[in-house]
Amino acid sequence: MAKLHVTTSVNGEPVEFLCEPYDTMLDALRGQLGLTGSKEGCSSGDCGACSITLDDRLVCSCLMLAAEAEGHEIRTIEGMAHGDKLHPLQQKFLEHAALQCGICTSGMLVASEALLKKNANPTEEEVRFWLAGNLCRCTGYDKIVRAVMETAAEMRGA
Amino acid sequence: MNVVNNKWIGQRTIRPDGVDKVTGRAAFAADTNMPGMIWGKVLRSPHPHARIRSINTAKAEALPGVKAVVTARDIVDFTIEKGAVMLGIQDMRWMCRNVMAREKALFPGHPVAAVAATTEAIAAEACKLIEVDYEVLPWVIEINDALKPGAPILHEFNKVDGKPSNLLGKLEVKKGDIAKGFAEAEIIVEHTFTTRPVHQGYIEPHACLISVAADGKTTIWSSSQGQFMVRAMTSMLTGIPQSDIRAIPAEIGGGFGGKTIVYLEPLATMLAKKSGRPVKMVMTREEVMRATGPTSGSKSIVKIGARKDGTIVAAHGAFFLQAGAFPGSPIRGAVGCSFAPYDIPNVLSEGFDVCSNRSKVAAYRAPGAPIGAYAVECVLDELAEKLKMDPLELRLKNAAKEGTKAAHGPVFPRIGYIETLEAAKNHPHYAAPLGKLQGRGVASGFWFNAGGESSAQVNITEDGNVVVTTGHPDIGGSRAGIANICAELLGIDYKRISVIIGDTQTVGFSNLTGGSRVLFASSMVVTQATDKVINTLRERAAKIWEIDPEAVKWENGAAHPASPNAGQFEPLTLADLADKAPSQGGPIGASVQLNTQGAEGGFGTHICDVEVDVELGIVRVIRYTAVQDVGRAVHPSYVEGQLQGGVAQGIGWALNEEYIYNRDGKVDNPGFLDYRMPVCSDLPMLDCVLVEVPNPKHPQGVKGVGEVPLVPVMAAVSNAVYNALGKRFYHLPMSPPKVSEVLDAPTRQAAE
Repeated sequence: MAKLHVTTSVNGEPVEFLCEPYDTMLDALRGQLGLTGSKEGCSSGDCGACSITLDDRLVCSCLMLAAEAEGHEIRTIEGMAHGDKLHPLQQKFLEHAALQCGICTSGMLVASEALLKKNANPTEEEVRFWLAGNLCRCTGYDKIVRAVMETAAEMRGA
Repeated sequence: MNVVNNKWIGQRTIRPDGVDKVTGRAAFAADTNMPGMIWGKVLRSPHPHARIRSINTAKAEALPGVKAVVTARDIVDFTIEKGAVMLGIQDMRWMCRNVMAREKALFPGHPVAAVAATTEAIAAEACKLIEVDYEVLPWVIEINDALKPGAPILHEFNKVDGKPSNLLGKLEVKKGDIAKGFAEAEIIVEHTFTTRPVHQGYIEPHACLISVAADGKTTIWSSSQGQFMVRAMTSMLTGIPQSDIRAIPAEIGGGFGGKTIVYLEPLATMLAKKSGRPVKMVMTREEVMRATGPTSGSKSIVKIGARKDGTIVAAHGAFFLQAGAFPGSPIRGAVGCSFAPYDIPNVLSEGFDVCSNRSKVAAYRAPGAPIGAYAVECVLDELAEKLKMDPLELRLKNAAKEGTKAAHGPVFPRIGYIETLEAAKNHPHYAAPLGKLQGRGVASGFWFNAGGESSAQVNITEDGNVVVTTGHPDIGGSRAGIANICAELLGIDYKRISVIIGDTQTVGFSNLTGGSRVLFASSMVVTQATDKVINTLRERAAKIWEIDPEAVKWENGAAHPASPNAGQFEPLTLADLADKAPSQGGPIGASVQLNTQGAEGGFGTHICDVEVDVELGIVRVIRYTAVQDVGRAVHPSYVEGQLQGGVAQGIGWALNEEYIYNRDGKVDNPGFLDYRMPVCSDLPMLDCVLVEVPNPKHPQGVKGVGEVPLVPVMAAVSNAVYNALGKRFYHLPMSPPKVSEVLDAPTRQAAE
């Protein structure tokens, strides 16, 4: 079967790529597009390391076909900072040491940003349930939850 | 050691690799590609136990796009008869058979061949075309089954009392005479406990990218807990000399002990060598779960005797650990650590290494110690109850301290175990009220910690900044700790220090990131190298000033004239001296290579509160406090991170995680949906109390901290569940179906 031609937008830039019908969005991001910030931990939607947004909706890119990106807007971890200016969540993750090995961090940040866009003032319970789809094996989540709550408070204040 | 006036040690600085990791730039093992690269895949045994009569790869090799196929014939054979060939704690006889099955396939998922092809899809297709003629054999997985007379035998050469046996090793440590000790005891508690195999659960699957040039020069890009281990094992298994293998450490996406051995690298090296193309291999999650790690399932029989006043007089532990397909379960940790927190006159601690048809165990955070501590600390809880003593008081009464001789050998120097017990006892958590169906448990734990070989280079850049190169993959923030220490010694801002992990051909030999040794050992070599650099800087200043080097002191990042020349010259900063270096003797830098000694063991005491949902059988941890003697918290955030991460893993081990086997002897839950690790909504905040009793044998007082935090957790959770329900569980995990079964038992009886 011939490859599919996909026209989409990734982190605000128009993008075209060819893919197999069975390629996942994660395959296309990491392969054709060279955006390896999204990680593959399970390829079954259980770990969240490949989290991206599709038209502002949080999805596991391993559960989405690359061809489904046609005409939509994709955002990944690579689009989170503006030039050398980090997003407040990225800065707060650094200050709180909310990462150890860093393999889950891209997905955690993308998921956290999606939460704060929906809910500027989440409770600890809301943060914990929102991030329940993002596995971290290093931190026990404590510093991640604190970093997200504190970012939310600062962004509300700003 | 200038504790009070430290400027950088103890600060929560931003880690050197942080920005790369929050922007997605950090390159992990699977993130690198090379021109001309092809893909490797592994064909794995579907059987738990089968003799391999023959392998025919002709059809696979003929498939268009296939560039190379390898089998056990391509891997160096360390024959069993010739005896052990050790690399660290690994016997290469087992390692060569673990990376590629030789005479027999010993677990479902055991590699039997590997293929490299132009696409992953072709490589997977080619694997299906390989014909393996198996003689399927009876198999055995559980410890009790493996030790029964007539059990299927994995390694026929191994005999116990003249008969083939799956018992591949024994270890015992002893102190005093337990028969005499138990005779003196007024109260004795004895129970049998079991735990299931659990996986380290790193989120990054094993991956590598390897290129072999026509002259044999090999470049390995992989994530591991030791690039030197990767080089040595790959060399031994492929016959390529170490000097020709450059192993480059990628960022590592979690390891917890599970990445201290190789799986893919020897196969990818041989595929790359045969094909002449760089080969990339990435495991699926299912492959990770079936064929790597986990740690042992276990059966522990623990008996402890005490006098009525709470003095423990005797202890006996027998720890049976599943090794998986090859010998090497962590009995040393179970045997040595379990009773180490206590000063007990009569101890016998025995370990039994049991092989069975599941994947070979890999190290997991304080290997063996959490298994042993689970049994011992639960028995102590019951003993305290029988003695009508507070469980922390019982531990305090019997606590090991400076001068105590541990059953496993050492006489403890100044240790901080009692401090952890006092801190736990005085913590508000311990006195907080509990609600209905809530309970509180405590437990302690010990881990040996390790020193060993480390190398470092400290180089001053031409513009007067610093590059530190060490040889240990940074698994949890060690670069941040090293930056703090080097900044402290040089008296400059930590941001001027770049900390790099060198590859095998650019930095001296450095042993594994394991044993909680990295900051202990690397800060020792970095300190010595930095001191050498400071001496050079003082000499340079002395030369410029034409005074004696002894009359130059290094302070706040600059050379200052000291008495009798104090105040005579303007200080020369690091930048000044770097600028003048070409005319004053050349580049400034130093390297140090050491076999570090003096890593003292670490102790922790944990308090856990649970609430049990008796309708659903769900145990929820609602509050947790981990207290640990950490020596010196060089970067407190990453020390806390170690405690919190270990606690989370222990909660998973206690409450949900387990390998579930189906009737065909295969793991039935090889993914993150059914292998249930704690998620964010499962856990509360995890409080930490860092007790700092500096290690007298280390320049900054550092003790290893990474492994102790897993040791007490399962017992603390289990004791809390008992406190909540008045029913004790002797088997992990305490997952909802198992809790419900116990809770429903009396109801069912009443209904009948």
